[in-house]
Amino acid sequence: MAINWFKYSAPSSFYGLAGKMIPWFAWPAAVLFCMGMYIGFFVAPTDAVQSEAYRIIFVHVPASILSMFIYLVMAGYAALGLIFNTRLSSMMATALAPTGALFAVISLWTGALWGKPMWGAWWVWDARLTSELILLFLYLGFIALQSSIEDPRRADRAGALLAIVGSVNVPIIYFSVQWWNTLHQGSTVKLSGTSMHIAMQQAMFSMLAAMWLYAIAISLSRVRSIILERERNTHWVAELAEVKQ
Amino acid sequence: MLKVTNLACTRGEHQLFAGLNFRLAAGELLQVQGENGSGKTTLLRALCGFIQPFAGEIRWQGKALSELGEEYFANLVYLGHANAIKDELSALENLRISSALSGCTVSDKDAIAALRRMGLRGRETFAVKMLSQGQRRRVALARLLINRARLWILDEPLAALDVGAVGLMQEIIGEHLSNQGLVIFTTHQSLQVSGAETRQLKLS
Amino acid sequence: MNKISLPSMLLLVIQRDLILAMRKRADVLTTLFFFVLVVSLFPLAVGSEMDMLRKMAPGVVWVAALLASMLSLGRMFSADYQDGTLEQMMLVPQSLSFMVLGKIAAHWMLSGLPLVLIAPVLGMQFDMSGEALLVLVVSLLIGTPVLSMIGAFGAALTLGLRGGGVLVSLLVLPLCVPVLIFGTGAVASVAGGVSAMPNLALLGAFLLMSLLFTPWVSAQALRISME
Repeated sequence: MAINWFKYSAPSSFYGLAGKMIPWFAWPAAVLFCMGMYIGFFVAPTDAVQSEAYRIIFVHVPASILSMFIYLVMAGYAALGLIFNTRLSSMMATALAPTGALFAVISLWTGALWGKPMWGAWWVWDARLTSELILLFLYLGFIALQSSIEDPRRADRAGALLAIVGSVNVPIIYFSVQWWNTLHQGSTVKLSGTSMHIAMQQAMFSMLAAMWLYAIAISLSRVRSIILERERNTHWVAELAEVKQ
Repeated sequence: MLKVTNLACTRGEHQLFAGLNFRLAAGELLQVQGENGSGKTTLLRALCGFIQPFAGEIRWQGKALSELGEEYFANLVYLGHANAIKDELSALENLRISSALSGCTVSDKDAIAALRRMGLRGRETFAVKMLSQGQRRRVALARLLINRARLWILDEPLAALDVGAVGLMQEIIGEHLSNQGLVIFTTHQSLQVSGAETRQLKLS
Repeated sequence: MNKISLPSMLLLVIQRDLILAMRKRADVLTTLFFFVLVVSLFPLAVGSEMDMLRKMAPGVVWVAALLASMLSLGRMFSADYQDGTLEQMMLVPQSLSFMVLGKIAAHWMLSGLPLVLIAPVLGMQFDMSGEALLVLVVSLLIGTPVLSMIGAFGAALTLGLRGGGVLVSLLVLPLCVPVLIFGTGAVASVAGGVSAMPNLALLGAFLLMSLLFTPWVSAQALRISME
């Protein structure tokens, strides 16, 4: 997001900017979502091996990708907040966490929905699904830690340290689970064939873009609530139209 | 030696104090005053380096605290509300450990002398949990006698002490000041040190 | 004024924690009993068929070690935080990371090492072969210090918070998963007739990495918690 942060690094200025930005992300997200779902569920051809059930990947794969991407972005913002002492960066990290966790849950849930017709089981100890589960716990740990700490400054900084340590550990955890999975010869959730039909690619990218834009829109909205709550004793909040009512 | 410029501290999201300026030189005594919740303890803890101030700077002998890092700690003794002694150890063991950690290992003879001066004769080797509140506070205060640091930061040093002990503390602080020491303290009781003028710093 | 030297401080901190634990012996023993109890619960729960138990053994012992380690984390910083000695230790003119390392070492000696020593007895309950038992003990020997170190980070981060034990476990257990995987993997390879060295080597790598980073990260976490 190429914006001159210095001007908007004060929560009071960012509040207004974020409010204006939200529709610019929300509407395209909705459009791309509809497009992606339409292409994925109606236009893309039936898979040779997995028939109709495979279509769940158009939700599953983007959700997985985003859950990991958001964790890194969250850790990045948290690190910025810790190193440069900018409260807004920390607030962004706090705002991103629930969305990241949601995508992890969607990924796990759609993974299960996919697994059932594929393997006859609601859960398989696939390396990626297991790593996704651990990622969900990392998110929940972050959220739980921040909710248990009353002092906002300590919550920001403790969460940041946890997120940074977590992001360093994510590759380690991923590879450990990979290794474990090959040892125990677990099932692998895979797409049949190495090349994807053009419509499948379109659907995938559409959904990926839709979820990404949605994540941005919802996080901006959430960070606005966080700003309001943390700055509730200041003058500029009292002057806001929505507060004065 | 200690110079504070434009210091501001916050707790939670609201500001406790701002624009604080003062200097403290060797042999000087400074009392921090203010109502409950005005940030006295926060100021003292900021001076110890526990809390990052919201704004402003603290300098010891010209160098900023952030520059000095752990070197700064060699120059100070902090006495907070908690006694900082282990209940399961004896008074003597507690003193041995704290003196060793601070770098000036004290002989048992000196440690026992310090405890006796604090009125704990005969109780030096009992587990601290067998002592009364006032006696435990005396064990905590005994640290001041063996540590050779220049700057004393004392948060309500007289709490739980009887009249005799209060007099003793005033004496000990007086001696420290004559030895070119610096003392910053808060108190709800009155603390008079003979021969030294108590400067006041009011936090609002 | 002289600073205390690093080795002296390390020794002093370890000595101090060990003496304190000796005077409150109950704490140390409860962790050990918990470990033994959890391991013994499994045959009761899943049946006493030896083949199955033999396969489960490394996993059961390792999970129990993990849980016992979590249980004892409260001891690392909490007591010192309550009586003010922790903040005094943070005012020592010496590296806080080394101080933390000393506390971790003492914690391991009191919580991890007893588990390592009693593991063979438990392994025999599960009819593990001699070679498997040996690898189990070695894996615990290398792995339990890592658990103590990761635990130290969690304990430092959650200092003084209510919901303590459960919260620390939520934070720390995901990070311990790699240790769990390779610890049990080492023993499983023996059962599979393969060398346990790759797994043990990876555990060793974790141990080294943790030694390099966790004391420092935990020291930072302590500073954040003390503000």
